[in-house]
Amino acid sequence: MTERSTLDGGAALAITGSGGSGAVTAGLILLAAVGRAGYYGLLGRSAGPQIRGGESAAMLRFGPRPIECMGDRFDLLVGLDWENVARFADELPLDRNSLILTDAQAGPIPEILVRSGAQVRSLPWKALADGQTEGRVNMVALGMVGAMLGLPPDALEAGARATLGGKGGRVLAHSLECIRSGYAAADAQSSSVPSSALAPAVARWNISGNEAAGLGGVRGGVRFVAAYPITPASEVLEWLAPRLELLGGSLLQAEDELASINMIIGSSFGGVPSLTATSGPGLSLMVEGLGLAVASETPVVVVNVQRGGPSTGIPTKSEQSDLNIALYGLHGDAPHLVLAALGIRDCIDTVAWAVGLAEHLQTVAIVLSDQILGQSRAIVDPPGDRAFGAGETPHLQRLIARDADPDHRRYRPTPDGVSPMALPGLAGGMYTGEGLEHGPGGAPSSRAIDHAEQLDKRLRKLTGFDYGPGWAEIRGEGDHVLLTWGSAAGPVFEAAERLRDSGTPTRAIALRLLAPLQREALLEAIGSAGSILVVEQNQTAQCFAYLHSQQALPAHARSYARPGPLPLRPGEIMRALTESAEREET
Amino acid sequence: MDVAVITPTLRAKDYKSEVAPVWCPGCGHFAVLSAVTKALAHLKLAKERVAMISGIGCSSRLPAYVDAYGFHGIHGRALPLASGLKAARPDLTVIVAGGDGDGFSIGGNHFLHACRRNMDLTYIVMDNEVYGMTKGQASPTTQPDWAKSKLTPHGTGMRPFLPTAIALAAGASFIARGFAGDPNGLTKLLVEAIEHPGFAFLQVLSPCQTFRPEQKEWKHLVHPADTAPTDDPVEAARFIQADDGMALGLFYVRRLPVWQPQNQPTATPADLEREFVL
Repeated sequence: MTERSTLDGGAALAITGSGGSGAVTAGLILLAAVGRAGYYGLLGRSAGPQIRGGESAAMLRFGPRPIECMGDRFDLLVGLDWENVARFADELPLDRNSLILTDAQAGPIPEILVRSGAQVRSLPWKALADGQTEGRVNMVALGMVGAMLGLPPDALEAGARATLGGKGGRVLAHSLECIRSGYAAADAQSSSVPSSALAPAVARWNISGNEAAGLGGVRGGVRFVAAYPITPASEVLEWLAPRLELLGGSLLQAEDELASINMIIGSSFGGVPSLTATSGPGLSLMVEGLGLAVASETPVVVVNVQRGGPSTGIPTKSEQSDLNIALYGLHGDAPHLVLAALGIRDCIDTVAWAVGLAEHLQTVAIVLSDQILGQSRAIVDPPGDRAFGAGETPHLQRLIARDADPDHRRYRPTPDGVSPMALPGLAGGMYTGEGLEHGPGGAPSSRAIDHAEQLDKRLRKLTGFDYGPGWAEIRGEGDHVLLTWGSAAGPVFEAAERLRDSGTPTRAIALRLLAPLQREALLEAIGSAGSILVVEQNQTAQCFAYLHSQQALPAHARSYARPGPLPLRPGEIMRALTESAEREET
Repeated sequence: MDVAVITPTLRAKDYKSEVAPVWCPGCGHFAVLSAVTKALAHLKLAKERVAMISGIGCSSRLPAYVDAYGFHGIHGRALPLASGLKAARPDLTVIVAGGDGDGFSIGGNHFLHACRRNMDLTYIVMDNEVYGMTKGQASPTTQPDWAKSKLTPHGTGMRPFLPTAIALAAGASFIARGFAGDPNGLTKLLVEAIEHPGFAFLQVLSPCQTFRPEQKEWKHLVHPADTAPTDDPVEAARFIQADDGMALGLFYVRRLPVWQPQNQPTATPADLEREFVL
């Protein structure tokens, strides 16, 4: 049950420091550098609640195969300084094989880190930095760590250019000098990682989950966004705002989330595929509007980048605790789509698919991402052109009424439940979008027959649709099943692989489409597995309870659910499966 | 404003839909509906280029009664829905209609920001100082001592919301008041509001026969505004603060920058993706 980083080459390291120490900048450069050296990588960050500055940690894991989650431990902890770092101690698992690199001048290492038994080396970063013009400790340390990791100097320099390019020539030049100085001073004997990665055949991407969600939106055809800033979703909007302009679209910063959801209902009614992004508190405010979109059959997509809840909760930390509101938040019988991105790269495909599905089915799609996906960056293989048939393929486009049909009825029941939608400008297509229950023509109606007919139409169009293979990602075979959804897929995939490698055949099933649940396909994928463990990052086992309510789990399935903010790690999932399977046997 | 010219034979009644209004006999909103259709006919607007947007309440039923595109949304959110539509479809004439509760209470925040965003929208608020659809509760414009609602048996005890003053303070570029009992004057104001490039706020005194029968007296209380429309916000503020709430006419109109994205595509998503490539 060894970790992959030590199995196949690569490493996991954390860089910590107080506000202004540049820990995160060093992490960004290192990620860009490992990418250029031919590795995959994943960079997470942890920050305090301060508006500006404050202590922060950059956590980087890299290796020759795609990195989908943080590992169980860190090989290296690079302590630029130790102010308030104890706050992150539980996010920085170290052991006796870990190495803490610091400069003795940065002060004493916090006791909680020393207790891990990690070895400590003091390096003369401050002295080296003082020898440079405008010398920076973080850049000297970066150069030295880069050398110890066996990264080629060009990769480090290219990473620095890519990351600091916008800061002006002088800052970049001084930083490069510091990196070179640290690199030259490194003791080659201490190199802990072989430099064996091969250059990839296709250029890889460096992308964050929030950028990926924005890209998925525009790939799916989104050209209008209205939104209100909120942590940890704002980067989706910041990425989209200038780029929508280039695409001929626009982003409107709304006065609140009540406005943003209704604005995108308006723009979508006008015929423009539309999206908003938010987090838990914003989703709570949008729920009434989502019901309107369901009732009026107006396609909209909400990307909900989850954070710790309830209420204001933990805005800067991850949790998968908004599944219940996404599934059940709407009043009335309001069928809609709920999807979850399974990784940073998957944010592209899942959001693009959600846009296509919402457009085609004329309904609401809620896409659940979370802080750990949204605000982490990764080196990934470039995505394919199409996400499960989304995008410009005809069957995932909106069915638009084209001709002036004097008998056009907006909500006329059809065999598949989807009716042609007239867009303003089409003569003869006039109708009033309605949140009131209505008859086929759209006129308000409280008649039982109309209610039954329209409820059935709105449900049938979702349940009768063939979603294809995108509903889940399934890896491996085995008598044990790890079943999960959303961002927990990363650690679950790794746990399953390590279990298989160590002689415990385990299948991983990660749900991308949560509603409507593809129950038959899921039961088939579970098969006759002897043990089933449903893994998720929330207190009350929301997905486990949902699957049971849909009779989609065998009776012997068990739950492993715990809240954030600490990330799920593969090792704990492996232990949970082993313990759960042992309980089954006794 | 983009005005699509259609055959001039279209008359006001051609803009009425076949849906029968739910309003009580004698309701002021009938006159507003009539003025809307007259204004559309006067401006020769193609039906399919007009979108009537509303929230919830008696007056918010209006879109279904107009033969145009429309959206009857949720309580208080007509302005955001209309703003999103106009942002995405600048070619449409977008008219928002609602009541005093929808616009000034549950939707009050959107009113402020729609005024300052100054999109090319027309916002008609049919003000009868009462919630009619929920059977007669006090609204933001109700006088503090009106004690006919079981919900506020001693009155609200709060000074009424001053729609025109708030609109001015929030940055609206067109502020007017009409009266349901003055159909010609109302139609004229509506035409001006629709033609105004920017956010045009039109408060319409629209009596509620059922819950505020005393509003029958309004026809004796209304009077023309005693000054011409100004483009000076200080002068407008002075007038509005001295107003008894019964002056009719266009009070303030000013050319202000209109918020409207008009971007032409210069890139494709594939172009954007290059930034991620190592």
